[in-house]
Amino acid sequence: MSISSESATGFEPQTARPDKLSPTRPFYWSVRRELWEYRAIYIAPMVVAGLVLLGFVIRIMHFPQMVRTAVALPPMEQTLYFSAPYGIASVAIAVTGLIVAFFYCLGALYNERRDRSILFWKSLPISNVTTVLSKAFIPFVALPVVIFAVALVMQLVMLILGSAVLAANGVSPAVLWGHWPILKMSLVLLYALAVMTLWYAPIYGWLLLVSSWARSMAILWAVLPPLGLCIAERIAADTSFFASLLDYRLSGYLSEAFHYSKGTNPVADPLALLTPARFLSTPGLWAGLVVAAAFLAGAIWLRRNREPI
Amino acid sequence: MACIEARGLRKAYGNSIALDGVDLKVEEGRILGLIGPNGAGKSTFLNATLGLVPYEGDLKVLGRNPWAERDQLMRDVCFIADVAVLPRWMRVHQALDYVAGVHPRFDRAKAEAFLARTQIKKNSKVRELSKGMVTQLHLALVMAIDAKLLVLDEPTLGLDLLYRKQFYDTLLNDYFDRSRTIIVTTHQVEEVQQILTDMVFINHGRIVLDCSMEDFEARYRELTPRPECLAEARALKPIHERQAIARNVMLFDRADRDKLASLGEVRTPSIADLFVAVMTENPGQTQGAIA
Repeated sequence: MSISSESATGFEPQTARPDKLSPTRPFYWSVRRELWEYRAIYIAPMVVAGLVLLGFVIRIMHFPQMVRTAVALPPMEQTLYFSAPYGIASVAIAVTGLIVAFFYCLGALYNERRDRSILFWKSLPISNVTTVLSKAFIPFVALPVVIFAVALVMQLVMLILGSAVLAANGVSPAVLWGHWPILKMSLVLLYALAVMTLWYAPIYGWLLLVSSWARSMAILWAVLPPLGLCIAERIAADTSFFASLLDYRLSGYLSEAFHYSKGTNPVADPLALLTPARFLSTPGLWAGLVVAAAFLAGAIWLRRNREPI
Repeated sequence: MACIEARGLRKAYGNSIALDGVDLKVEEGRILGLIGPNGAGKSTFLNATLGLVPYEGDLKVLGRNPWAERDQLMRDVCFIADVAVLPRWMRVHQALDYVAGVHPRFDRAKAEAFLARTQIKKNSKVRELSKGMVTQLHLALVMAIDAKLLVLDEPTLGLDLLYRKQFYDTLLNDYFDRSRTIIVTTHQVEEVQQILTDMVFINHGRIVLDCSMEDFEARYRELTPRPECLAEARALKPIHERQAIARNVMLFDRADRDKLASLGEVRTPSIADLFVAVMTENPGQTQGAIA
């Protein structure tokens, strides 16, 4: 090329360098960038897990007596007795994940416009598609994985701590391990996280769309229009079609993906609660995913066209 | 191939017209100063060049359509926008990692060598750096990218004199060579006068002056006439006259140099003086040479 006289300043090796990076590299670095900026993605679940563990440590002070009481219970209640704290903790961490996802999505495409750093990001050869998808990757993939990993590690720490206290008091830890269905509960958690993520996809998509569009107070734009629509419909037509649609979107996955029937015992066999086939054949799931894709496409278009605030 | 070629470039925001038919050709290897008052359309022109805003008309940057091909174009184009836009949460080493990760033409060693000459610590966050240091960091990142076009939109705004001087010195000595093109907009016109090869004045979305520095030096003369020659000097039709301390200063376009010299003291004007002259002679609806 025209830079022939520049070898002394170190330009020559660059002409030999491949001009193209692998297409996954910009995506990989875009995701890392999100994790740098929004450290709450992994810190918040870890903090909640830490608090849970703190509570658990206080609880196991009385562990030996509790175990002695528990072994007198029928086997089913024993399992419930031992694994209940873990179940509650998992729900707490999963809810933390939802809250983090909510605020992350609202800020992801809004903050970069507000602090004008979008001008820096756009000065680099990364497409808007890559950027928006890397941001969507956080609530769709990264957060569920983080939640699952934190819950799993928390569970193992609880088991180890419990075993240590029992062993120190001359009780066999086998009682604890025998009544702590670690594998099954992890599978249930994994399933629940996958179901929730897929079901909430249009909500994440909506939040990202608002984030790429709002000029201020993204949270109000995200929440008030759906609420306003419910109220308007109620007043105009005295119906609540939209409200029930929203309600279904917020909690419908519980009835579609899980089923409790009288014959099964959820404590002995939590896997019997899961109905993946029915969930995957729910029209609401696929309709939601289509809407989510449309919202993401809108967010990509807006990122290209909107200017810094 | 011209680095930038614009024909009939237009851009309107609602009712206000930011660019009103701009024709401009920038050849490779030039350093162009884009000069105009606030709201003249400089930033809009640069944003169109960088594929940040859609526009009407014809625009090619390095042979590409910037709006349709921004992603590819950004491999060869760098820009520093008008205010510090580096994300404040980012650490210096993260910025290096990130640009190295996403830019195929980034030479990390070069950026680090430049940073080593500054006070910037690798573990600092951008928010902890002074404004001058943030600009140094941005310059370090940009200069380590082997780009063909560098766009600087008020790169030294709000910096003190030392940083401003160092900025342009570094740019000229360590970065610019005849294969690169630089476009710079700034209000500190005096500071860039020495480095420019071309200048364009823009006002109300139109180009009112487009000339190379050689042309500028050949065409324009500033005369401080002796008091008794005032009327005679005015008869030569200066394009602008201003009052300095106890004397008048006149600006001439294509005037006879010897004739002027007989009337008083003759100098090459500064760009700033020409700018003031051109802007006050063409207020409002300027119908520049390029119509």
